[in-house]
Amino acid sequence: MIFALFSYDSISDFVDSMMGSWAAWAWVVVALIHAVIIIHFFAVAPLFYIWLERKVSGRIQDRLGPTRVGGKFGWLQTLADGLKLIQKEDLCPQSADQLMFRISPYIVFVATFGAFIVLPFSNGWVAQNLEIGIFFMLAVMSLEVIGIILAGYSSGSKWALFGGMREAAQMVSYEIPMAICALVPIVAAGSLNFVEIGRMQSGWFFPNWLMFNNPFTFLAFFVYFTVATASVKRAPFDLAEAESELVAGFHTEYSGIRWSYFFMAEYAGMFAVSGIAVFLFLGGWYTGIGPLDASLVSLQSVGPYGILSYIVNLIFMVVFITKGCLLVFLQIWIRWTFPRLRIDQVMMTCLKYLLPMSCALFLGAVLWPLLYYSVSSGESPRTKWFGEPLYDKVIAAEPASAEQAARQSAPQLAKGER
Amino acid sequence: MATNFFFWLLLVVAIAGLAGLLLVRDASRRTPWLAAFLVSFGVLAVWQSAVMFKDTTASQVLFSLFGAAVCFGALGVVLSQNVVRMAFWLIVSLGSTSGLFFLLNADFVGAVQLLVYVGGTLVLLIFGVMLTASGPYVTMKTSPTEWVAAAVVSSLLLGLILVSAFGVDWQAVDYAEAGNTTTQDASAGSSVQEGTTLRPLGWALLGLRPDKDLQKPGEPSGVGYLLPFEIVSVHLLVVLIGAAYLARAKRRVDQTPGTTAL
Repeated sequence: MIFALFSYDSISDFVDSMMGSWAAWAWVVVALIHAVIIIHFFAVAPLFYIWLERKVSGRIQDRLGPTRVGGKFGWLQTLADGLKLIQKEDLCPQSADQLMFRISPYIVFVATFGAFIVLPFSNGWVAQNLEIGIFFMLAVMSLEVIGIILAGYSSGSKWALFGGMREAAQMVSYEIPMAICALVPIVAAGSLNFVEIGRMQSGWFFPNWLMFNNPFTFLAFFVYFTVATASVKRAPFDLAEAESELVAGFHTEYSGIRWSYFFMAEYAGMFAVSGIAVFLFLGGWYTGIGPLDASLVSLQSVGPYGILSYIVNLIFMVVFITKGCLLVFLQIWIRWTFPRLRIDQVMMTCLKYLLPMSCALFLGAVLWPLLYYSVSSGESPRTKWFGEPLYDKVIAAEPASAEQAARQSAPQLAKGER
Repeated sequence: MATNFFFWLLLVVAIAGLAGLLLVRDASRRTPWLAAFLVSFGVLAVWQSAVMFKDTTASQVLFSLFGAAVCFGALGVVLSQNVVRMAFWLIVSLGSTSGLFFLLNADFVGAVQLLVYVGGTLVLLIFGVMLTASGPYVTMKTSPTEWVAAAVVSSLLLGLILVSAFGVDWQAVDYAEAGNTTTQDASAGSSVQEGTTLRPLGWALLGLRPDKDLQKPGEPSGVGYLLPFEIVSVHLLVVLIGAAYLARAKRRVDQTPGTTAL
């Protein structure tokens, strides 16, 4: 069954039974299936976002944007561009460090791809459900900058070198407020696990989404979004590729498919940081309408073979991807509305404003539960009106499909017999 | 019986294909011999390796892969002369080390390795090289004296590692790994297997050790690692402030009146 493919245990069990005791094959097959599914999202999302970027920028500048390729709305424009890029000659400048020059697009690509391993797309639909999901994701996404710096350095061009240096300075400083801002909702949630954080935010959006949990998480969302926009080097923070000053910055010397790897990684990275924002602030895969979510979740435990559970998860996935795409749209909107900052202004924004702001928010978020419990001893108005706060909420157990339930009960039976 | 028959059949076909490949001079007539050799040899190789590695687990395969990558990267660091390439090989080596940590279900340590060493230290290293380099590509030549010093230090280190590696009673570890855990380590063992090492780590930081009986003498006292951790972080802060103080731009005081200081 296709439904079973998403559950790690069933494939390994299946292949294990096929191959005898050689479980290694099962691992490889499971990893390959997850990687193939993720890379499809990873490759198709930029296709859509690049088209969206052109359309949105066109509309903002009172143009039409692409209109011809693929009939209406020019929806095949990106694919046509991709075909053109594949056919282009793979150039490498003579003064470049050949190995580094060729390998750095792959470093950028792999670093961004690695972030998607722990990002759930729906309730439990995640390649690796790590206990430290957010930390892992931030760690892996911080590797992207190495590829960009190496690209800038190894190109053997001054423009590229300047772009790489700017990128290094920018990333090293913006990583700090980004991590601290991500900590603010984590303090409220008490977990680093994406799936667990997502499940916490069921119910009506107002008190339950982490963004509305306390004033500090509310403010942290805006700081996080600013910093995240900078960390995927989008305008107004795109100093690494400022075309009015540096030709094209770190990717001046690149052409063809290697050049397009940088942009696939950039657009996928936009979704990755938006996905973190959706999980940490905007309710994960839930719609935010309490009764609707509750009825969907209750549907998950009925029906044969877990088909309904699969369909509900599909709906949740659509909700999650829609939320992520809205945030990406916001980033595109910001890019075509605001003028680019100067490099000293970029650094000043981070170190003088965003960093102290995020530190203050973190301190506030740590002190909030203390204050909350000391002021409102016993029953508080919040508890009366909105239900229990997040840190007291009992997370519902994973709605098990019939197969999972059978598998879980099987070992217990065996123990009982013994 | 059948297995034996197929094995010898494939071997004969492979040898015949190889012989044909070597003996036939006309290039256009070599193709069927090549095909026979490749197909039979490929089937044999896959089959025999499947038999040979039947009991190899995926983690063993991945462990050897990552271990090889660590060694390869380390060799690259030593043998390359370009500083940025050294940094790249260091990325390979340290990244594979974090892969080893992930493989051993120490997710937190692996992610810290990625964030601190690969994402932080190496970026600063390359950044520093880019800022200070006078030529396009900085190369380093090592003198014989440095070779001797490096050989002495590294052989001492190798000796230390070998002594400690062979000093461990691995049989006891294997015995424990086979499921014969003592009751004391049972809770820790299960969390290690599930990859949820973060929570026990956090508890231990605060002095909560559910896996140990704190009342017994010789066990950790229940104070936790929070205080030493904070002391170390304050040390780091002091170092940072000191470095910023030493490296700050010194304002030049202009002696001549009427001109403004730059």
